[in-house]
Amino acid sequence: MTALLDAADVFKLYPAAGKRLWTRLRRRLAGGPENVPKVHAVDDVSFTIGKGETIGLVGESGCGKSTLVRALTRLIDVSEGSIKLNTRELALKPARVFARDRDRARIQMVFQDAGESINPRFTAFAAIADPLRRLRRLRGQALRQRVETVAGQCGLPLQLLARFPHQLSGGQRARVGIARAVAVGPDLLVLDEPTAALDVSVQVVILQLLQRLKAQTGMSYLFVSHDLSVVRLLCDRVLVMYLGKIVESGPAREVFEHPLHPYTQALVAAVPRLHDDGGERLRLTGEPRSPIDPDPQVCRFYGRCPRGTDACRTTMPALRRFGDREVACHFAEEFLPQPRSLS
Amino acid sequence: MTAALAVEGLSVQFRTRSGVVHALDNVSFSVARGETVALVGESGSGKSVTAYAVMGILDPAGRVTAGRAMFGDIDLLAATPKALAEVRGRRIAMIFQNPRTALNPIRPVGRQIADVLIRHGGVSRRAAPEHAVEMLRAVGITDPARRAKAYPFEMSGGMCQRVMIAIALAAKPSLLIADEPTTGLDVTTQAVIMDLVGDLAKELGMATIFITHDLALAGQRSARIVVMHAGHVVENAPTKELFANPRHPYTAELIAATPDSAQSLDALAAIPGSLPDLRRADLPPCRYSERCPRKIAACAQPLPAAAPGADHIVACWNPLPDRALPVAYPQTVSAA
Amino acid sequence: MTDIAVTPRRESALGAALRHARYVVGENPVTGFAVALFVLIVLAAAFGPHLVPYDPLQSDTSEALKAPSLHHLFGTDQLGRDVFSRVIVATRLDFFIAVASVALVFVMGGFAGVAAGFFGGWTDRIVGRIADTIMAFPLFVLAMGIVAALGNTVQNIVIATAIVNFPLYARIARAEANVRRESGFVEAARLSGNSDWRIVAFQILPNVFPILVVQMSLTMGYAILNAAGLSFIGLGVRPPTPEWGIMVAEGAQFIVSGEWWNAFFPGAALMVAVFCFNLLGDGLRDMVDPRRRT
Repeated sequence: MTALLDAADVFKLYPAAGKRLWTRLRRRLAGGPENVPKVHAVDDVSFTIGKGETIGLVGESGCGKSTLVRALTRLIDVSEGSIKLNTRELALKPARVFARDRDRARIQMVFQDAGESINPRFTAFAAIADPLRRLRRLRGQALRQRVETVAGQCGLPLQLLARFPHQLSGGQRARVGIARAVAVGPDLLVLDEPTAALDVSVQVVILQLLQRLKAQTGMSYLFVSHDLSVVRLLCDRVLVMYLGKIVESGPAREVFEHPLHPYTQALVAAVPRLHDDGGERLRLTGEPRSPIDPDPQVCRFYGRCPRGTDACRTTMPALRRFGDREVACHFAEEFLPQPRSLS
Repeated sequence: MTAALAVEGLSVQFRTRSGVVHALDNVSFSVARGETVALVGESGSGKSVTAYAVMGILDPAGRVTAGRAMFGDIDLLAATPKALAEVRGRRIAMIFQNPRTALNPIRPVGRQIADVLIRHGGVSRRAAPEHAVEMLRAVGITDPARRAKAYPFEMSGGMCQRVMIAIALAAKPSLLIADEPTTGLDVTTQAVIMDLVGDLAKELGMATIFITHDLALAGQRSARIVVMHAGHVVENAPTKELFANPRHPYTAELIAATPDSAQSLDALAAIPGSLPDLRRADLPPCRYSERCPRKIAACAQPLPAAAPGADHIVACWNPLPDRALPVAYPQTVSAA
Repeated sequence: MTDIAVTPRRESALGAALRHARYVVGENPVTGFAVALFVLIVLAAAFGPHLVPYDPLQSDTSEALKAPSLHHLFGTDQLGRDVFSRVIVATRLDFFIAVASVALVFVMGGFAGVAAGFFGGWTDRIVGRIADTIMAFPLFVLAMGIVAALGNTVQNIVIATAIVNFPLYARIARAEANVRRESGFVEAARLSGNSDWRIVAFQILPNVFPILVVQMSLTMGYAILNAAGLSFIGLGVRPPTPEWGIMVAEGAQFIVSGEWWNAFFPGAALMVAVFCFNLLGDGLRDMVDPRRRT
């Protein structure tokens, strides 16, 4: 399967406090611009998304998944690294001008809060029509037809197209957000917690809609969520991020059932299950380490991990491959599922 | 055993520009001492409205039109403001969904806890700051002496929620109402916060009403679940019983729509229909009937009254079969 | 927050706005009153000069300083001109000054503010410094200075008023643009292929405009008072042009000798106009405030 998107060695660093002219000046006089402390929002992330794949991206708030996603969709620039769409290097073109790029339509995004992501002064029709106008240059009758087709595909009754966001229910707004994103026929659709604000019954409908759209169009999905139960159902593979780094990846079901990284294990243990057998309560205590200029030798999870040895403190664990899984932990081997004996 | 809180026949209306919203209709349930009961429902079910009505902090447009909320021998809904002020904060406490906005942004957190200790906890002004630091320690905040001087905006969501818990429990109430306390928090933080609430509740012998839309979370943390739909209580049962033997069609649909219940996306079932418009004057006695696949003629009647003392209450004329009862079927002779 | 969709009727944006407007007017009779008064002022401005009984410039010294009567509803001034006619005719000039000033400041302040709030950086700093410079002066003194420097014409009064109000509009527009800069819908607009300028013009401005409109109605009152004040001290409009401010200035000297009507009626007209615009501003704010939307 040729990769649709190939992200390699992506870094995104933000200057930490001290953006003021005076503080910067002082610091520059003291020892040059290298002294500016930086927040490592995304720290050496590499992964690929294949054509037609659904990849899940999970991690707690502050892990960098929002930043990574915005870099991938070219809303912000990366500090370092490459983002290749098929073979074209996207990182070369600055985010500010990417809006007018010919490949803009190929990566689109569905936002978490559909109400916030639709201009309150636009009707649903205008919201869905906007990308079609700008990226596909559709006008008049052709535009209207396309909007109505997409609305139909997304289960939006046509009479709702004349309404404003505040006149629509949460589920209807979510459909408008999806319709807008798929109207231009993207190859990759990034979904940033699209069902987080929805009731569970509406969530089902939206998820099933997303699956249907994918089957119809062959799009790839990057599904960012904190809800592991949903990721388990929707995604082929899942990436687990922690403090800017990918700590584990693999087929979604397997990562769930046999998490290898201690953080993933804590994450899976924390998810409320309907049929709780009251198993072990693996709990994470404390707060995450600071993302400002982290020590490159120390594992990011050190201190919060139930285990912590000297090795963890002196060598950053690399992302190692075990079959179709990847883990960044010195002790990953201990948790590998035992190979089933053939009989 | 007298209940910590017994809500009986609570009905609430809201006057809005587009009409009267019949938010709650004849809601009844009780919470035993030391018990954790979850109020579960989707948006529009009225679960938060119930809590707000009991605490007396309903929107000014809201009115309690019927019912009692017996807290010991006080009816909270009929109490004088003075009596209510004695009870609120001291014997009943509440924690809210968005911790950062529920805290005073311009007051250090230690002072906010101290305020409650002085007002309701009978602690002197002088001793309060120290007690506040102890409370911060009890809710698991590291370096509490330094954190006591911090402002809410300097703390993470999880820490703010811990502070809110500290404020709520400062006066050692006998009932805690937690309105979606972990919505918006990471799942790892959620687990730790819920553990904390559970541990403290056990320590204080405190009853808890846990309001949430997350059925799995409710199942994990509470001994009993009250399922609400469109302002009605539709089912009320001990947790294990509810999941093993859901009898109200809505409960079954809710379980079937929860992602955790399915192995694949296709196996998830959406709940048919949509919420009725609560502004209607002609709402049917069962507000689920219009979207219920099991609707029968009897559903036009007012709902059956709950059998007194029943452990598993269902408000339905045609509930799902009781799986606890043995099913009579002809025995087949097993092949030898 | 329920999942029920509201407003089943299908209607256009204008229809919804008018319905909401009618509701607000109905709910608060004071707003209705202000709207009615506003309509009256607009009518007076538009048709007044054609309908008045006397020529406002026609002086007849034999009729000078006559008290209000059936012939002269508001009396006559020191040159025998009918005060009523002058007050009505002056409506057009004062109304024009008010409208032109707010239009100019809306364009200048609105765009500068939105650009500053949206782009930040040097745009923000420059606009900020300009606004600070203007605010460093007592506003009326600044207006005086501008009119004195540029010349005593109506256009310069308009320019002076616009400049003096610039910081306020820039500040409001900047704040609103800043809040919306990181909104989901701005990001969505970028994903949809909108350049920054398109976003400012079609996404941000339509959201900022209603808030500025409220401010505009309040500024109209201020603009008239400003013009009146400038005329009072001899800058701005020159006699014999009828303008409420000049009329108050000229009539002030006659109050002591008992001819109160000279200054009273133009003053009352000033007061009524400013009062009306302020009430209108309150009503508009009610209409625009999203929390009160259906």
